[in-house]
Amino acid sequence: MLDLHGYGPRLLEGAGVTLQLAVLSLALAILLGLLTASARMSRHWALRQLAMLYTTLIRGVPDLVLMMLLFFGGQMALNVATDALYDRFGVDWYINLNAFAAGVLTIGFIFGAYMGETFRGAFMAVEEGQIEAGKAYGMSPWLVFRRIRFPQMMRHALPGLSNNWMVLLKTTALVSVIGLSDMVRIAAEASRATHEPFTFLIPVAAVYLLIASVSEWLFARLQKRYNVGFGGH
Amino acid sequence: MAETPIPLEVRNITKRFGDTEVLKGLSLKAHKGDVITLIGASGSGKSTFLRCMNLLEQPDEGDLIVHGEQIRFRQTRRGREPADWKQVVRMRARLSMVFQSFNLWAHMTLLENIIEAPVHVLGKPKKEALEQARALLERVGLTARADAYPAQMSGGQQQRGAIARALAMDPEVMLFDEPTSALDPELVGDVLKVMRELADEGRTMIVVTHEMGFARDVSSQVIYLHQGLVEEAGPPQQVLGSPQSPRLKQFLAPKY
Amino acid sequence: MPDITLWFQELLAGNVIFTPTTLGYYWDGLVTTVQLVFLSLVAGLVLAVPLAIGRSSRHRWISLPIYLYTYVFRGTPLLIQLYIIYYGVVFFDGIQETFLWPILREAFYPALIAFTLNTAAYTTEIFRGAIKATPRGEIEAARAYGMSSGLMMRRIILPSAFRRALPAYGNEVIFMLHASAIASVVTLMDLTGAARFVYARFYAPFEAFLFVAAIYLCLTFAILYLFRWLEKRLLAHLRPQN
Repeated sequence: MLDLHGYGPRLLEGAGVTLQLAVLSLALAILLGLLTASARMSRHWALRQLAMLYTTLIRGVPDLVLMMLLFFGGQMALNVATDALYDRFGVDWYINLNAFAAGVLTIGFIFGAYMGETFRGAFMAVEEGQIEAGKAYGMSPWLVFRRIRFPQMMRHALPGLSNNWMVLLKTTALVSVIGLSDMVRIAAEASRATHEPFTFLIPVAAVYLLIASVSEWLFARLQKRYNVGFGGH
Repeated sequence: MAETPIPLEVRNITKRFGDTEVLKGLSLKAHKGDVITLIGASGSGKSTFLRCMNLLEQPDEGDLIVHGEQIRFRQTRRGREPADWKQVVRMRARLSMVFQSFNLWAHMTLLENIIEAPVHVLGKPKKEALEQARALLERVGLTARADAYPAQMSGGQQQRGAIARALAMDPEVMLFDEPTSALDPELVGDVLKVMRELADEGRTMIVVTHEMGFARDVSSQVIYLHQGLVEEAGPPQQVLGSPQSPRLKQFLAPKY
Repeated sequence: MPDITLWFQELLAGNVIFTPTTLGYYWDGLVTTVQLVFLSLVAGLVLAVPLAIGRSSRHRWISLPIYLYTYVFRGTPLLIQLYIIYYGVVFFDGIQETFLWPILREAFYPALIAFTLNTAAYTTEIFRGAIKATPRGEIEAARAYGMSSGLMMRRIILPSAFRRALPAYGNEVIFMLHASAIASVVTLMDLTGAARFVYARFYAPFEAFLFVAAIYLCLTFAILYLFRWLEKRLLAHLRPQN
C-alpha cells in the first residue's frame, strides 16, 4: 500500500481546504459575473466601461501576479489603514490577511470576469419574446429575472460555467504559493522532506481528476434539468 | 353613479423610432364587450400601436387610461417613461396579450405557463390557479397536453395554449398581436374558432390581424391604419363593405 | 544615444525602486519568459499535430492512450505537473551520470518540459476539434479525386483545420503566457520571479507587481493583435464578399 509517511491526515485536510476554496471562489465568481454581465448590458455608459475595463484587465494579467498583488499589496494597505487607526484614534487593531481569504477573493475576482462573459452571452441568447411575455403579464423586472430570464439563461450558461469551474479548480493550486496549506502545498512539502515526490504528487493529481470527473457528471445532470422544454420530444 | 369605468382608452398616441414617425396621433376607446380590429399593410403601425397599449413600447406623446386610471409619465434624458412602474405592472395585469410568435415560456409546461402569472403576479393560491387552468385547457381543447412543453406542441396548440394563459389573468381587455400570422394555414381555423367564442361571450378584445373574415364577422369596430394614421374606422359593414379611401379599396382588393 | 541615456537617468532620478539594476532584472525576466513560452509553444505544437491525428483515429488503441494523456494533463493543475517533473527528474535511475543532467539540474528545463507537455495536451484537443469539424463534402471530394488518406490529411484536412483552430489556439497562447508565471515558483527568474525579487527586496508590492502586470498586459495585447491579424489573413476565404 501507499506509505504516506504520516502525511495522510494532513493531505486529507488539504484536500478539504482545496475544495472549500474552490466552492467559495465559485460562489463569489458567479455573483461578480452576474453583476458584471448586468453592468455590460446596462444603459449607463460609465457602468459598461467599468465592466469592460475589469474584464480586459483581468484577462490580460496572470492569475499568480494578481494573487500576489492582492495578497502582498492588500496586506500592506491593511497595515497602513490600521496604523492610521492607531495613530489617530489609539485603536490597536491588527488584521492579518490570511491566505485563504486572499485566495477566495482573488480567484473569485479573476473568475468573476470570465463568468461575466459567459453570463452576458447567455443572457443575450434568451429570446426577447420570452421576456416580453413576462412584462406583458404584469411581472416586475425582478420577477421576470427570477422566473424567466435566469432559468432560461442557465441553459446557455452551463457549458461555459462548467468550463470556468474546471479552470478555477486548477487555479486553486496557485494559492499554495502564497502560503495556503492546501493539498498541493502539503504534497510539495512532503516531497521535499521525504524525497519521494511521486508518492505525494501523483495521488494529489488524482484527487483533482476525481473532483473534475464528479463535477463533470454533476454538470451533465444540471444541463439536463435546464434543457427541459428545449428541443426535446 | 355606479358605472364601471371604460376598460381602455388611448388618446393621441405618437411614437417615433429614430427619424421615422410610426404613429402620428392615434386614439381608441374600447368599451366593455367591444371587439376592435386593427387592419393595415405591414409598416402601417398597427402592431406598434397595440404594443403601446400595454407599454411594451413607450409612446412619445399621448395618454393611456386603463380602467379609469390614467398612466403617469415623466420625461427623462432617454425620453418619456412611466413615472410609476408599479402602476404599469398593475395595468398590464388587466390587459393580457397574445403574441404572434406565442411566446409561451419554453422552460415551463403548458400548465405551468398558465398558472405562472396568476400565482406570481396576482397572488392567487396555487390550488385555485391549477383548477382554473385545467378548466381553461379543456375549453381550448388541450387537456391532454397540460404537461407538454411548448417545443413539443404544434403552432396551433401553442397559440391556443397562449390564449388560455391570457384568459387565466381574468383580463379586462385582451390584446391579440397577429395571432394567426405565424401559423400554417390548416391550423389557423382552430385558433380563430376560440377567438370567435371569446367574442361571443362578451370579452373586450383588440385584435391586430390580416384575417378579413374574422374582422368582418366578429368585430364591432374596424380601424384601418395607414402610415401611422387612421385612414378609416367604423363598423365592419361600413369599412369593409363600402370602403371610401382608394388605399383601403386597394388593400381589400383580392390579390390574384 | 547619449540623449536617451540622459533622459532615462533623469526619469529614474530619485526613484529608489526602479533603478537601472532592477529594470535589468525585469528585462532578464522578460527574456526568460518569452524564451520559455515560445519554446514550449513550438515544441507543443510539433507534438500536438501527430497526436491530434492519432486522437482522431478510428482505432481505439491509438486514440485512447492519447485521450488519457490529454485528460490527465488538462485535468490537473500545471503547478503539480511542474512539481512532479522538477522534483521527480532526479529519481530517474542513472540520469545524474548522463550528459542530460547539467541541463535538467537547472529549473529552466523541467519547466520547459512541463509547459510543453501541458500545452501539447491542450493543443491536441484544439486540433482534434478542428479536424473533426472538416466539412464532409471536402473529404468526399478528396476521395472522389483518388487521394490517399495521407495525402488527404496533408493537403485537405490539416490546412483547413489549422485555420479553423486559429482563434482557439490564440487563447491557448495567451493562457500559456499567463501560466508561465508559475515558473517563478521553482526559483526561475522569469518576469514574475523578477517582480517577486523586487517585492522582497524593497517591500513594495504595488510597484513590483503592478509594473509586471502592465508588461504582461502589453504582451497579451500583442498576442491578441497578432492572432487577429493572422485570422484576417488566413480566414479571409471564409468571410462573405463585401
